[in-house]
Amino acid sequence: MSADTLLIEGSTGKWELVLGLEVHAQVISKSKLFSGASTVFGAEPNAQVSFVDAGFPGMLPVINEFCVEQAVKTGLGLNAQINLRSVFDRKNYFYADLPAGYQISQYQQPIVGNGEITIDLPDGRSRTVGITRLHLEQDAGKSLHDQHPDKTYVDLNRSGVALMEIVSEPDMRSAEEAAAYIRKLRSILRYLGTCDGNMEEGSLRCDVNVSVRKPGDPLGTRCEIKNVNSVRFVMQAIEYEANRQIEVIEEGGTIDQETRLFDANKGTTRPMRSKEHAHDYRYFPDPDLLPLMLDPGFVERLRSGLPELPDARKSRYMQDFGLSPYDAGVLVAEKETALFYETVAKNRDAKLTANWVISELFGALNRTGRTIEESPVSAENLGGLIDLIADNTISGRIAKDVFAEMVDTGKPAAAIVEAKGLRQVTDTGAIDAVIDQVMAANEDKVAEYRSGKDKLFGFFVGQVMKSSGGKANPAVVNERLKAKLAG
Amino acid sequence: MAGLTTLSVAAALRGLESGEFSAVELTQAHIDAMAAGRSLNAYITETPEHALERAASSDARRRKSGSKGEVGAMEGIPVAIKDLFCTEGTLTTAGSHILDGFVPPYESTVTANLWRAGAVMLGKSNLDEFAMGSSNLTSYYGAVVNPWQRKGDPTPLVPGGSSGGSAAAVAGGIAMAATGTDTGGSIRQPASFCGIVGMKPTYGRCSRWGIVAFASSLDQAGPFARSVEDVAIMLGAMAGYDPKDSTSADVPLPDFRAAVSGGVRGMKIGIPKEYRVDGMPAEIEKLWQQGRDWLKEEGAEIVDISLPHTKYALPTYYIIAPAEASSNLARYDGVRFGLRVDGKSLNDMYELTRAAGFGAEVKRRVLIGTYVLSAGYYDAYYLKAQKLRALIARDFTEAFERVDAILTPTAPSAAFAADAKMDDPIQMYLNDVFTVPVNLAGLPGLSLPAGLSAEGLPLGLQVIGRAFDEATVLRVGRSIERAAGFTAKPGVIA
Repeated sequence: MSADTLLIEGSTGKWELVLGLEVHAQVISKSKLFSGASTVFGAEPNAQVSFVDAGFPGMLPVINEFCVEQAVKTGLGLNAQINLRSVFDRKNYFYADLPAGYQISQYQQPIVGNGEITIDLPDGRSRTVGITRLHLEQDAGKSLHDQHPDKTYVDLNRSGVALMEIVSEPDMRSAEEAAAYIRKLRSILRYLGTCDGNMEEGSLRCDVNVSVRKPGDPLGTRCEIKNVNSVRFVMQAIEYEANRQIEVIEEGGTIDQETRLFDANKGTTRPMRSKEHAHDYRYFPDPDLLPLMLDPGFVERLRSGLPELPDARKSRYMQDFGLSPYDAGVLVAEKETALFYETVAKNRDAKLTANWVISELFGALNRTGRTIEESPVSAENLGGLIDLIADNTISGRIAKDVFAEMVDTGKPAAAIVEAKGLRQVTDTGAIDAVIDQVMAANEDKVAEYRSGKDKLFGFFVGQVMKSSGGKANPAVVNERLKAKLAG
Repeated sequence: MAGLTTLSVAAALRGLESGEFSAVELTQAHIDAMAAGRSLNAYITETPEHALERAASSDARRRKSGSKGEVGAMEGIPVAIKDLFCTEGTLTTAGSHILDGFVPPYESTVTANLWRAGAVMLGKSNLDEFAMGSSNLTSYYGAVVNPWQRKGDPTPLVPGGSSGGSAAAVAGGIAMAATGTDTGGSIRQPASFCGIVGMKPTYGRCSRWGIVAFASSLDQAGPFARSVEDVAIMLGAMAGYDPKDSTSADVPLPDFRAAVSGGVRGMKIGIPKEYRVDGMPAEIEKLWQQGRDWLKEEGAEIVDISLPHTKYALPTYYIIAPAEASSNLARYDGVRFGLRVDGKSLNDMYELTRAAGFGAEVKRRVLIGTYVLSAGYYDAYYLKAQKLRALIARDFTEAFERVDAILTPTAPSAAFAADAKMDDPIQMYLNDVFTVPVNLAGLPGLSLPAGLSAEGLPLGLQVIGRAFDEATVLRVGRSIERAAGFTAKPGVIA
């Protein structure tokens, strides 16, 4: 598949879409970036605010070293350069949910530099997307405009929570690539335990930079769509914005560099009404903090303590278990799923296990709206079911019924098979008896088959399976039927 | 009891220990003096009940422990606290309208240290608004009057600033000692104008946690008292590493009081030629020479040194300090505490609140600070100033390879009249010319009274030392103090 197929057809020719993403990821930590207040989601308003977070007179920031570790681990997970010296700067602007009138961020000397991640596309291709930088900064509080007709309510619980701002290179060329980037980034963050990637709760937020150009031309003017909080909305926003820009240019207009908001109800983007973001932030190094100096030994310790990440795990599954890239990719996307899979696959047929997890288990989880951690079928029990298939106790067909029962009751496979008498019949003699019965009841069809109607074989298989209540071993049935029908 | 308010801290500690008088009596004497001395307008908030309670606790502690152990370094000593330090449960204004009604729910580290050392708070002293000034004329709570007057002239004089209230209180006998803060000279210059001793320790020696921030990389808390020994005692009770302040220095705390009497024999004292400024009054030049002679007589060697970038210090300071202030003062917005003037929108409320809440000098500095940080000007002003700052600091580092301490005048004049025409704000800034380089370099500096002007007003000399070498600074100060024999008192004492 060539890059040509990514182009958007306009009225004046084909357009190339250029996308960059700025992702704000809330750091998993017990307390905030510069204060000891708690970061737990969902508390009563203003219950988790220290005087530092509230910008009271005389208050001073003190760096949370765990948040620094989380940022370094993330940088390592992004194959990025770790800057042993970085500086915190004040980003100055006025807003009610920014109590100090400035946000402590990092401007010219961020903690993490260039890196890259590999994104996996639905068609099986992979490509590399560059990471420009990652820096640490404080989150702002929340303004609630809908609690009162003419007052805005401010909740500062989020004020001061640590964020990692991860900036990509403008390497993406389609909404699918952007979606794949977010999914892979989220997966890496969750593997590392540095961010829970929960977009609904706002722990992962995306700003999308969109511009268009004719292939080969220099970059077009970009617009930034702020705070898009689901992968689906990101894709919709990109589609809409790209087409909007193409239309404007093709009708003779120019694109204004502006910040826009995505309207999820309409599926459109519109310029931000307020002018906060036209600000001059007057960045300067925060005089309350020293430059952050990292010991190389500290970074190496974190590096050696990193868990196996999705790409490495996927390669291992393909190599050691012989799984397809697609199957391996699906299984490693979430750490919990991979752990579940490996527990089941241990000392068992890896491919068979993969099929069962991907088709049957995922299907059941989707149907019942559960996550793998809430799976009604435990890894141990699924393993037990697969054992029964592997040693021919039950057929694959019967196993599906057993599995359905396992989902409903949470019981182990063996118990269900015993209780329902579902053991596969492999005894040749018993199967011969059923076959004889079926053939006797369908003499005309036997004759037709023997005279050349091969397609009737399936009919006989079905009849034998029905007579045996599905329990006959299909392989044995096939073999014996063939033999008997042949005469 | 008469005379209690004229005691030094050291003498008072001895009196309390020997049982000559109680902490309650000592505090009550000061409360009475404060009532008689209201014309100085040195206090914004007086806390007599709180003071007597604390004095009573101090007496109880002394009784329990005998004459050792539990007794703190400042046990029972009544002090004034500059109203820039957040004091839990007591109104804290920073001399500004915009902090109306702000009662901190927390105690600054420095004042907490003082209370732990047994000190007693008489009240919150007046200051230039947000510590911005050299005269204490910009306070929302009115000007402070210097207890000193020119011979035969009742014209009110300024006490200096920004810690004018603290200096006037100590000089006027309505506090035994006081805290101040010094960003560009705000302890040393008022000490000089009021004829008392004031010290700005090394940047990082005292914690800034709980002190209303003006310029974060320059602010430092320090003591005022009437003798070098007293300043050493109080500094020891105020200072110390604080993990809540990331700029606090994790260095050992020496016994400053013990260092005071070391003498200067064999020390090298630097005299920087660039501090001889055009138009400096002859009597100040003379006093400076006198200071050199005293130290020579005590056995020190006088060395001429050069601090070549001195002339850039004032403009450098007046770029860096306002820049940091413009950001530090952004939190005073009417949203969470203090004054709020309601408006039609959020921005409207911000504008109305800050226009009404800030005085002219504060607004001036916020505007300057915003300007020098803004896009297109940052490199030419702020960045350039930081580079100059490094050069100014390096001047001192190089000088201290040849000398142990530096001697200069503290201020280019004695206290001036409160109503002296000062249309040009830059004129006011020149008051800081000898003091700001010390803040830019983060070094310790002490001012002590060394003589009187022709008009009978105190003149101070400044001693500057290496980083974290307050001990040497105190020793040199004590030698000058002994030689100077300054015993003059202001006309207006409560």
